[in-house]
Amino acid sequence: MPKSPERPALTLNDIRPGRRARIRRHLARGAVRQRLMDLGLMPNVEVILVRSAPLGDPIELKLEATSLTLRRREASTIEIFDDE
Amino acid sequence: MNERNDLLVALAGQQNAGKSTLFNMLTGARQHVANYPGVTVDKKYGQYSDTEGVVRTVDLPGTYSLTSFSLEERVARDFLIQERPDVTINVVDGSNLHRSLHLTLQILEMELPVVLALNMMDVAEGRGLAIDQAALSTRLGLPVVRTVGRKGEGRAPLRTAIRALAAADKPQTTKFPVTYGPLEPDLVALTQAIQTTPELTGMPARWLALKLLECDAQAATWVRERLEPAQAEPLLEQAAALSATFERNNGLDVSDHLVSCRERAVSNLLDGVTTDPESGRPTLTDRIDRVLLNRLAAPAFLVLTVFLIYQIAIVWGYELTNYTWPILAKTRELIAGVLPEAGFLVDPYTRSMGLWLVDSANTLLNYVPIFLILFALIAMLEDSGYMARIAFILDKVLHRFGLHGQSTLPLILGGVFAGGCAVPGVMATKGIPDNRARMATILTVPFMNCLAKVPLYTLLLGIFFVEDKSLMMFYISTMTIIFALLVSKLLTKTVLRGEETSPFVMELPTYHLPTVSGVLRRAFERTWIYIKKVGTIVVAVAVVVFTLLQFPGVPEERMAEFEHRGEAAVVAFERAMAGNAYQRLATAEHIGPLVNYYNDYKRAKLNASGAEGSRAVNARFEQRNPEYYPLVSRPKGDKDARKANRYLRKLSSERKSIRREMKEERITNSLLGMIGRSMEPVTQFAGFDWKINVALLSSFAARESSVATLGVLFQQDEDQNASLEERMGAETMAGGATALLGTAIILFFALYPPCLATTVMVKVQTGSYKWMIFSIVFPTLLGLGVASAVYSIGLATGTSGIAMMSWTYFSALALLLILGFLGGRSGRNLRSTSVDSTETGEVRA
Ligand SMILES: Nc1nc2c(ncn2[C@@H]2O[C@H](COP(=O)(O)OP(=O)(O)OP(=O)(O)O)[C@@H](O)[C@H]2O)c(=O)[nH]1
Ligand SMILES: [Mg+2]
Repeated sequence: MPKSPERPALTLNDIRPGRRARIRRHLARGAVRQRLMDLGLMPNVEVILVRSAPLGDPIELKLEATSLTLRRREASTIEIFDDE
Repeated sequence: MNERNDLLVALAGQQNAGKSTLFNMLTGARQHVANYPGVTVDKKYGQYSDTEGVVRTVDLPGTYSLTSFSLEERVARDFLIQERPDVTINVVDGSNLHRSLHLTLQILEMELPVVLALNMMDVAEGRGLAIDQAALSTRLGLPVVRTVGRKGEGRAPLRTAIRALAAADKPQTTKFPVTYGPLEPDLVALTQAIQTTPELTGMPARWLALKLLECDAQAATWVRERLEPAQAEPLLEQAAALSATFERNNGLDVSDHLVSCRERAVSNLLDGVTTDPESGRPTLTDRIDRVLLNRLAAPAFLVLTVFLIYQIAIVWGYELTNYTWPILAKTRELIAGVLPEAGFLVDPYTRSMGLWLVDSANTLLNYVPIFLILFALIAMLEDSGYMARIAFILDKVLHRFGLHGQSTLPLILGGVFAGGCAVPGVMATKGIPDNRARMATILTVPFMNCLAKVPLYTLLLGIFFVEDKSLMMFYISTMTIIFALLVSKLLTKTVLRGEETSPFVMELPTYHLPTVSGVLRRAFERTWIYIKKVGTIVVAVAVVVFTLLQFPGVPEERMAEFEHRGEAAVVAFERAMAGNAYQRLATAEHIGPLVNYYNDYKRAKLNASGAEGSRAVNARFEQRNPEYYPLVSRPKGDKDARKANRYLRKLSSERKSIRREMKEERITNSLLGMIGRSMEPVTQFAGFDWKINVALLSSFAARESSVATLGVLFQQDEDQNASLEERMGAETMAGGATALLGTAIILFFALYPPCLATTVMVKVQTGSYKWMIFSIVFPTLLGLGVASAVYSIGLATGTSGIAMMSWTYFSALALLLILGFLGGRSGRNLRSTSVDSTETGEVRA
């Protein structure tokens, strides 16, 4: 996996509720990566960070018709494009 | 295919798509349905018949795709590949077609005949989503059937489509193969290699080639199983080399490439097939969640939910038992009437054993109304979709202590605050995807407040903590979750360290209105599991405990003494009755039945409610034996009857005290008594004497037995009005017991090993006797350790029971908070560490 050169890339863990993001790539491998992709979190897909749980973790994402929840730990392995 | 034309049909699809609902609709079976992803974990068989023959149907676990990473996917995939069902029904969520079709394409690659069941079309249409079914069917080359599982719509067309597809002579080939761009040449080469290997002809070649290129571990195993190593290894090496070259040239994982090719294929496929005018508009579910999952309101709603469950199921449920208990009591009376009559001093074994069994079963059956309500409410939570939200809200706390958001359901069933039963609780751990958290949940669910612990708590509070009752009750009901979290943390850090973990990635399902039939069915099923436990294990153990308490019995010379006293009492009665108008009743043949009649009458009067009931009892007894009746009813003006009644009372109470002494002697001498005494050297540090040991031993059968056994140990005369609390209090207090002992017993009981039925369930769920034994030994040691420490320290420092309880409670709470806080710190550090799937997640701060 090539390391991003200068500052660390933005991940789904870094955005605030209500914001949109486009997925760039996954850092997770194996089963976790597969599960994330199967649930629709594929590169170039747009997601909205809907909210985080009352205690801050896990978070809820919305993509198309589905709502997904995942822990921040996994969210921090999903890099997003820095477009905005 | 034989002439009766039997078929094998599989239901496959993504999680929560409605497979089990359609399975139930097709076969009339009762698979568990819940609005929660990953409910079905094992495959389930059912069948139905149509005009042509029997259709065996299999409900497969829901899978998002068909890799070999998770157990459900392996189960589903193995079935499809190895059994090659005649027809596969691919159940897709019509309101989420895009994602669902990823799986469809993978099933098609397995070269299986597929019927596409477009389920949840009510949701899709409600959202204004239009699907051109004809176009979808033509593009995919598959029959497409619209279904609404929840309302039972689509059964006939689905069955017809199954038959039609099975009858088609030429095997269905999809008109929609996915092309994999730059990987295609490699894929073709490998497919050819597979096709030319005769041993692999049964396998869908292109699919196997794809799996080998993905470096799927299980696919490689299959190849190795079927081929000689000399043949297998070159093939696997070829696949590995192609895959490595592809990854080098394209800078892309093969699996990722496959997913993105499928994604493109699905987008093309759906282009012009679906129209979604309201896309992006908030759905009803979004709007509900905005309230229910609101950061501030969410905890309040959660607490309210738990409170409502508690109030409705436990509080009102208990009130309901006021109406159901008389039924059980009447059954007992009926059985008592059928059994041989009581002897003067010694009852026939059939009688005492029969009544013992009925009493043991009745204590448990008394909870049935509570469980029905409790399980119905929980089924409503599951079916509505809120249960998944609870997991979302609580995951952080639970995860910090080694559990998982999805541990919520097992913990609630086990009775977090409200009371429940560990057996269905442990059963419900099946769906937890993270193995380590699942094990931790299985081992901690038994610490919850199972309803059966309540009677002992109530008893002990009544004896030792009359003034601090509500404070103690608060401690007891909140202590369990504190202990459970601490134990879970401990186990996760030690014995469970090496278990596999996986992340919490879950779909939040759309809210549905729970169906009445679904909820009722679920409630009855879970209650039935509980009743079966009463009917089998509890009754069996009750027999064992009874036997252990009866033998070897009262020593002969003591028995002779008792008999002598009994005879003396009878003689005294006869003498007193001399000259009485009722003297004819004071003969050997009458005295026994007369005393029983007298006792039955008194008990009946005691249980009769109101003047009305009392009159009915009188009438019944007058009818039962008009001759004896005056002696119990004491008619006005009949002096002799009044006198005779007095003598009868004296005789009866003398008989009772002899019987009580005999019983006590019998228990002291009994096998169980010996076992209890032999444990005293160890349990003395916790303050337990042999009687308490015996009670705690018998509660292993079922928690509620503890109170029953204590009831026997602190015998009462049948018409003595002293409650067990008073008797036990009087006796133990006389023995120098204090509230400290009460605290020790309560703490021990809170940490007590699961009952027999639960340990059996632990064996089923963990699949190992090792864990079953662990689930017994560990809590025993822990409970004994805590109880001994508390008792000894309390004794040494002269601290009162309630103070020791407070100390224990707040120490545990403090420990919990410290661990929670530390866990949080190390959790934050994790973010910067590298992540991969096999990492166990324990990085020290
Ligand atoms: N509105 C609606 N709800 C449905 C329909 N079919 C099923 N459901 C509900 O969807 C939920 C999931 O149904 P299940 O049959 O348990 O789904 P499954 O595919 O077996 O799920 P897993 O076993 O977890 O993979 C339940 O709450 C059902 O009542 C439907 O056609 N319309
Ligand atoms: Mg299911």
